[in-house]
Order: sequence, then C-alpha cells, then structure tokens
Amino acid sequence: MLRFIFGRLAVLIPTFIGVSIIAFSFIRLLPGDPVMLMSGERVMSPERHAQIMTDLGLDRPIYIQYFDYLVNLLHGDFGSSIVTKRAVLDDFLQLFPATIELSLCAIILAVALGVPAGVLAAVKRGTWLDQTLMGTALVGYSMPIFWWGLLLVIFFSGYLGWTPVSGRISLMYFFPPVTGFMLIDSLLSGQAGAFKSAVTYLVLPTIVLATIPLAVIARQTRSAMLEVLGEDYVRTARSKGLSPFRVIGVHALRNALIPVITTIGLQVGVLLAGAILTETIFSWPGIGKWMVDSVFKRDYQVVQGGLMLIAAVIMVVNLIVDVLYGFINPRIRY
Amino acid sequence: MKKLSTLLAATAIATLMAGSAWSKTLVYCSEASPEGFDPGLYTGGQTFDASSRTVYNRLVEFKHGGTEIEPGLAESWEVSSDGTEYTFKLRPGVKFQTTEFFTPTRELNADDVIFSFERQYKADNPWNKYVAGASWEYFAGMGFPDLIQSITKVDDLTVKFKLKQAEAPFIANLGMDFASILSKEYADKLAADGKMELLNQQPLGTGPFTFVAYQTDAAIRYKANPDYWAGKEKIDDLVFAITTDAAIRAQKLKAGECHIMAYPNAADVAELKKDENLTVLEQEGLNVSYLAYNTLVAPFDKPEVRKALNMAVNKQAIVDAVFQGAATVAKNPIPPTMWSYNNAVEDDKFDPEAAKKMLADAGVKDLKMKIWAMPVARPYMLNARRAAELMQSDLAAIGVTVEIVSYEWAEYLKLSSAKDRDGAAILGWTGDNGDPDNFLDTLLGCDAVGGNNRAQWCNKEFDDLMTKAKATADVAERTKYYEEAQVIFKKEAPWNTLDHSLVFVPMNKKVTGFVMDPLGIHRFNGVDIAE
Repeated sequence: MLRFIFGRLAVLIPTFIGVSIIAFSFIRLLPGDPVMLMSGERVMSPERHAQIMTDLGLDRPIYIQYFDYLVNLLHGDFGSSIVTKRAVLDDFLQLFPATIELSLCAIILAVALGVPAGVLAAVKRGTWLDQTLMGTALVGYSMPIFWWGLLLVIFFSGYLGWTPVSGRISLMYFFPPVTGFMLIDSLLSGQAGAFKSAVTYLVLPTIVLATIPLAVIARQTRSAMLEVLGEDYVRTARSKGLSPFRVIGVHALRNALIPVITTIGLQVGVLLAGAILTETIFSWPGIGKWMVDSVFKRDYQVVQGGLMLIAAVIMVVNLIVDVLYGFINPRIRY
Repeated sequence: MKKLSTLLAATAIATLMAGSAWSKTLVYCSEASPEGFDPGLYTGGQTFDASSRTVYNRLVEFKHGGTEIEPGLAESWEVSSDGTEYTFKLRPGVKFQTTEFFTPTRELNADDVIFSFERQYKADNPWNKYVAGASWEYFAGMGFPDLIQSITKVDDLTVKFKLKQAEAPFIANLGMDFASILSKEYADKLAADGKMELLNQQPLGTGPFTFVAYQTDAAIRYKANPDYWAGKEKIDDLVFAITTDAAIRAQKLKAGECHIMAYPNAADVAELKKDENLTVLEQEGLNVSYLAYNTLVAPFDKPEVRKALNMAVNKQAIVDAVFQGAATVAKNPIPPTMWSYNNAVEDDKFDPEAAKKMLADAGVKDLKMKIWAMPVARPYMLNARRAAELMQSDLAAIGVTVEIVSYEWAEYLKLSSAKDRDGAAILGWTGDNGDPDNFLDTLLGCDAVGGNNRAQWCNKEFDDLMTKAKATADVAERTKYYEEAQVIFKKEAPWNTLDHSLVFVPMNKKVTGFVMDPLGIHRFNGVDIAE
C-alpha cells in the first residue's frame, strides 16, 4: 500500500510541472494584458504601458518569467495579485474554506440522495418510479446552473421568504474566522442564532451545486446496480433466503459502489466548476468567483497560482479515491 | 495580520454585544469587491465607494449630488492671476480617525497633503512603489505628473501647488478620488513597523466613516466616525454587502437584506418600482456612448459622408431596444447634466431618404464598412452588438453594407485606438470630474489622436477652443468656448452620438437623505434610516 502511495506521489511531480506550464501559459495566451485593462476606456501611452509592464516584470522573456515563477513556487511563494496587490496564497487560504464547505455539503447531499435514488431505480427497474427518478435526474443534469439558482432564489427567498438570498451568514453576526468554515466558526463564536443563520444561508447554494452531481451519481448508481443485480452471487444470496435488504444493501451495493466512488471522485472537478457559477449567484466568497474575476482582469498571478492550488487539491482528492478503492473492495491489491 | 484582524473582530463583537450597534446599521449591496483601499492606486468605482467616499476626504469636494466644487479639507483657496499657483488654507482642527489599529496624535496639517500627492509621482518617495506595480493610474491619467511643478508647505495649515502651466480643470481634478488625503503620521508608523502594505488594507482618513474590517469578497464594515469634522453621521454602522449579480442584489433589496443597491439591471427597474417598500431614484448618468468613424480613412474623412451615415440611423430605436427606455438619445458629446451643454445644437435628423441622397452627392456608391461592437456591457452601452445590428439594418436601407466585428475587451480597447483602424467603433465614456474638458478635450482633442480620440479627428478650430478654455478659470468664458466647440463637433460629425444612459438607485423607503450623484459615486454621509 505504501509503495502504491509513493508511486502515485512520484507521478504527481511531472503532473504538477505539466499543470504549472498550462496554468502559466493559459492566461497569457488570452489577448490583452492586465496593464491595458487597468486603465479601461482611458488609453495609456505606449511608453507608460511599457514602463508598468517593466515594473511588473512582465516584459521579460516568457521562459525567464516561467522559471522565476517555478522557483518561487518551490519556495511556497505564489506571488501577489497584480490588481489587489495581496498575496495569492493568503487570499486562497481565506477563500478556499468557503468553497470547500459549500462543495462538501453539496457532495454529501448528492450522495445522500443520489445513491438511494439510483438503488431504488435499479431495484424497481422499468416501473414508473424508475422512470420518474431517472427523468428527474436527466432534468437536473441538463439544468443551466445560473438559471436554476436564480429560480430558487426568486421562489424560496423572494416569494416564500424561507431562505436568505445570498451571503454566508446574516450580516448581524460578525466574529473572527477561526477555521474559515462558517458552520464551525459560528458554533465557536458562541453567539446565539449564528449557527442557525449559517445553515439557512447554506441551503440554497448547496441544492444548486448538488444538482448536477446528484443526477450523475443517481444514474451511475442505477447502472452499476443493474449490472451487479444480474450477477450469480446475488442470485445465490437471494436463493439462500437472505432478506432483500441484505442482498441489495450488503451484497449488491458494496460491489456497485466501486464505479460510483470513481464518479464521486470525478465530481470534485465538476463541483469546482459549478462553484464558479454558484458562488457568483449567491455572493459566496469562495475561490470560484475569485478566479473568474481574475481571468477577466488578466490577473496573471492569481490565475496561475489559483489554478496550481486547485489542481493540487484535485490531485490529492483523486489519490484518496484510489486508496479508498482498497477499502471498498479488498480484492484490489496495490 | 491575522491576529490583528481577530482582535478587530473581537472588538466589533464587543460593540455588538453592548446592544447598540445593529439598530442603526445601513446595509448597501455593492456591485463588486474593492480592489484595495488606497484610492490612488485604482480606477474602479466600487473601490472609490469603499475607500475615498467613506474613509477619506479631499481638499475640495464635489457638492453632494452635483459636480460643482465646494470646500473640503481646504476651507478656502486662492489662484494666482496667471493661473499657475493654487494656495489652499486647510480647515483647522480636523482629526484623523481613531481605530483599533492606530491612534493619531495630531490633527491634519500640510504634511499630510504633501505626502498624499508626492507619493504618487516622486520616484524617490518610499511610498511610490510600496506595492508591486503601483501605477497611480488616475494621477497619471489626469496629466498630473506633467502639470505639477511643486507642492510646498507655507505653514502648518497652508499648502501651495505650483503648476507648470495654467490648467482650469485642476481644481475639479482635486475633488477626484485619487486626490484623497491620507495621514502621514499613520504612513510613517506603518513604514517604521515594516508593514507598508497595510496602507492599502486598513485605511485611515478624516472621512465620515471609520474602517472596521474587510471580509474578502463578502462584506466591508465601517462605523460612524465620532470625531468627523462635519459632525457624526446619523447611522451608527455601515456595511457593504458585496453582491456581484445584479438580479440577486435586487432580490436582496426586496427581501430587506440591504437598504440600498447599486446598478440594477435595466430589465429589473420596472419590477422594483412596483414594490411598495422601495423607491427608485433615477438620474441621467454623466456618460455618453458613441460610434466613432475613423476620419483618417476615406470616405469617412468627408464630413458629409459621416453626416449622411448619422442621418440613416434611428437612434431612438437603439435606445428603446438596448435600454428599454433607460437612456436618452445623445446629440452632443457631453451629457445634458454637465455645465456648458449646448441645448441649441440640433441633432442630425433621422431621414434615410435625405441620407441616401447625401451619400450619392458625395460620390459614394455601394459603400461597405465595418462597425466595431464592444464585447462587454458598460453603463453607457448595455449591448453594443444589438446596437450594431440595428445600425446595420438602418444602413442597409440606404445601400450601405455593414459587417459587424468584435474583439476581446482588452484587445478592443487597444485596436480601436489605432490610426489605421478599419471601421467605425462603438465606445463611450463616463465622466471623471464633471468638467467638460474631461469629455471634449480628452476624447476629441488633437493630442488624443491615436489614443482616446477614437475618431482620429483633429480639427484646429475645435482644438484652439480647448486650449483657450483650459487657460482661464472664468466659468462663463469657458462655457462660451465649450458651447462653440459643440457646434463645430456637430457640423463635422466625427461621431454619431448615440445615448446618455440613466442611472438608477433603488432603495428601501425607510432610507432618508440619500442623494444620487452624477459622478456615479455612492455616498452615505447624511443618510439615515427611519425607525
């Protein structure tokens, strides 16, 4: 097992370098530069433009800029935003917990609803229940997030007044961020009502972000279950007279879960992509919104630093998923 | 830093728990995160709302709701007869804010003024490059580096600005955000502590509100400055709830999560007006949108051709389609709210038949041209592609074939300035300081050809008027020059002036004392909430 983990870690190094090249060049391939956008409609003279590019070190040959960047990365220095002048890592660490909190809640909701829905659809294959569940999943999968989010806000916050419109917690509450996770911090703050407020603010963004992964997980679980339910050992289990609950819950589901867990792992990338829109709709101060704003402003340092950090997170999550296989299925040997 | 913010937050909690704070808290749904808190470094309106208009003051201020200049930190000023020396008398007894992170020991004096400006242009000033790539964009954009000869302290409460030449708009420029006055004492302390970057993160000034905390991309918190020289504000706390999506801002306002919102979608305005708890203020923005011909390229070098094309376009239809009525058709290059607006100028009448004939008389047949449509929505033009499509069909009616082109925004800004640009470009401008010079000379002066002058139009008669208007501080005389310039502009038609958009501020009916600002600033001094 350790050998496997070390092996995977060794693969991460070239991957990381590859990502750094992509992250570095992607934003520079876009037309326009940050200095030009700084002045907006007001035209900057070419001399001044050149001077600021020099001040920012952006006039040096691209490979020198890249190696400088790589060396700084190895020292843990992700640079500073060209626009806000704040350190990229500081901003990331401040904003990332918000994205993680939202993503975790979304994936928990997606799994909690998606797996049972998939199992149910598989067991009741071909019935109206199966068709309803899978039809709903297809609708969820095809839903444009932005429209869906706005719709929920207008209905639940605007029309019914059940949930707050946007933000992470009521502005009434103000306490120092300890962990960056609002649910935990609100509990730690000891302020009456803060936790409840944080929960109500999480509801809609969680539903919106969970919608697509939920649909994918439900469909994946259904097809994996159908495959497993036809296996000999399931028939054997049934003929032994085990209760349907045991047959499905223990014998079938456990084996069906392997591809489902892969899917869940892959959904992390989807979640981060979905977070960009969800965070924008719900004014959720996370990294999705931060990255998009930075792309528009050609804030090279933030985009490349942010991409590196996000890639690192996805790589680690995938590693964990690979290791998890072993626990789910003891036949997998490393 | 982290400890400090924790401490700050803890203090704020104590204030909250004391039970007084939440009752008079004004929540403003702002449109974007501030880029930082040093207004000299940035150009974004959201940054100015969050820094210069809350925390800071300037020597002179724009009158609340207008573009006229009134005394600010300077009680009075004198201009030398040749217009090159400005002597400001500072208001005595102005205190800097006392915050959790700094307690001032002295009041405002000339050193603060000198510090606030010198850091923006003196390369040897330690604050000139206190953050990487500090470019002091507005200071440079308003031409200050080439204008200011020296700033000297006459005595503690007197400062003298010596200019290299007379420049009438100078005084209006001093009311702009980049000219905010910072505390030198605070800056010195930060420098001594080796924490210069905090000047851009924890602002401290003389303004109506004291900065409490910034929760990145989420909220900015202020409290009323108890020592404010113009008297403490009626509200106790001010919170900016950063909400980037306009539709969500509108929902928040309706749900009572904020009292005032910035920039609603034009499509949401009618709905907001219907809400009985809300009131929607509206005003013509200090902006213009235009189609600039490239007057260096044939046949657009002929005024009669440009005029004919202008006459073929139904501008009212553009305003209706793009703004749903939330704009007015423009006839002059400056908006009607600006002094010296020449209302006597007559717009080119929409008359396709006459336009067709004019083109034929000018010897132009089967004209093919490009129209550049901006890829982004700006306050003065919400949908340039739609506007371009409407122009395309209008021009087709007089036999002109139009191809619509567009580029990515940064590229668009750059390429549209080129002297050899192929086609007419849609663009616009939002005023910085309420001075007509900021539109007319900046966008149409000969010096701006190849730059802000997207029509590449250089007219000696017009340019002479600009020079004359700059050289005198007499507003009546300047008005005369600018009015005349607008007549020349209309005759020569380097642009098709498209629209001036309306700006809306929807707010809760309980809010009193909020005044809309033509410069697009959101100011909260004087605002109260009815119980």
